[in-house]
Amino acid sequence: MSGVRVLVGTRKGAFILTSDARREQWDISGPHFAGWEIYHVNGSPVDPNRLYASQSSGWFGQLIQRSDDGGKTWEPVDNKFVYDGVPGTHQWYDGTQHPWEFKRVWRLQPSLTDPDTVYAGVEDAALFRSKDGGKSWQELPGLRAAKGHLWQPGAGGMCLHTIVLDPGNPNRIFIAISAAGAFRTDDAGETWRPVNRGLRIDYELPDAAAEVGHCVHSIAMHPARPDVLFMQKHWDVMRSDDAGEMWHEVSGNLPSDFGFPIAVHAHEPNTVYVVPIKSDSEHFPPDGKLRVYRSRTGGDEWEALTKGLPQSDCYVNVLRSALAIDALDSCGVYFGTTGGQVYASADSGDSWAPIVRDLPSVLSVEVQTLP
Amino acid sequence: MIRVVLPYHLRTLAGVGREVELQIDGPTTQRALLDALEARYPMLRGTIRDHVTLQRRGFIRFFAVGRDLSHEPPDAPLPDEVATGAAPFMVVGAIAGG
Repeated sequence: MSGVRVLVGTRKGAFILTSDARREQWDISGPHFAGWEIYHVNGSPVDPNRLYASQSSGWFGQLIQRSDDGGKTWEPVDNKFVYDGVPGTHQWYDGTQHPWEFKRVWRLQPSLTDPDTVYAGVEDAALFRSKDGGKSWQELPGLRAAKGHLWQPGAGGMCLHTIVLDPGNPNRIFIAISAAGAFRTDDAGETWRPVNRGLRIDYELPDAAAEVGHCVHSIAMHPARPDVLFMQKHWDVMRSDDAGEMWHEVSGNLPSDFGFPIAVHAHEPNTVYVVPIKSDSEHFPPDGKLRVYRSRTGGDEWEALTKGLPQSDCYVNVLRSALAIDALDSCGVYFGTTGGQVYASADSGDSWAPIVRDLPSVLSVEVQTLP
Repeated sequence: MIRVVLPYHLRTLAGVGREVELQIDGPTTQRALLDALEARYPMLRGTIRDHVTLQRRGFIRFFAVGRDLSHEPPDAPLPDEVATGAAPFMVVGAIAGG
């Protein structure tokens, strides 16, 4: 019988939540790597037992853990992330140039075809790749050549937090960097260019035509329609119909178009999910009501999903990597909060129930659909 | 044998107890000790000192015989008590954070 495995990264360890396809009874495993910050745990699409975890701490730095048995056992693999050549510099808060300094891995994205190939998005922003299951890492330095000297960290750090692989074109990858923007390669990572045209900026950037400097929070794609991208920007929910060449706003009737994660339904390419947050000054849901919003029209028209979610006195946040979609026939939607709850819906968001309520603050949620 | 006390998280990572013993050939310096520690437990590379610069991480301290040796040059001899194994070299996670 098929089922799901939800991979949860928190401020104090990783948790693995498993269920059969009914998604009613859950087995909770963890904490794995107790006491460490787990920014991301992700599984290989072609080998669900192959997992990678980003483990870090302010004391001991970055580790990468790998599992070959679905998270029952783990082994540390290479944690040496060294920028290619002379690291160079980027823009600093005072307008001077500042050297690139590795801080942590925000995202691990296994290849769609090879479990030993995995991409790592890091802070200070760069993209690394391992082709040997995490035993060694090499930077794809062409990304930082895409006006990297103009990138500047935002309040959350200059992190590469989004990696979207095009299932129809192995040479095409999209990435996003906080306060720098979205970038695309069409030659498997050799060269990159910003894809930020049409992003509204108003009071985020003084130059409306700036190629970089846009605070992209996350990007989602449906695999059957890889040229259509949805973006949650700092402010604004955006859509591109031409692989990022041009973006237009689809915030529509959302109560706030500020937020962090965005996701697309597994079987309906026009069904999109966001979690509106009041503002960049107040990182909690509007009116104390935790509402996921769903558009079934590819944006612009949104409906609030509230059944089973707290509708008063709720002041948690949902971070950019903490929303995920399973691929079961009745599509499941999952998200984690900074208050330690992980909510699941087994009916495309119509109704929700917590899987767990009292984890450490949730940094990331991924879900694997198991055969 | 040189005795090294590791903080909790590094013990867990390396799969060892509170204290490990190391054999060092040549002078007993901080660099030689950490080289030997990382050679024996490769998963500790990068957790105590930077991979490239080999500088001590900011929230790691080195204590021995009641002294803070964190700022000593890496090639300076460690105290005799450490070299002889009478006292451990302590790798300490600073009291910081939550």
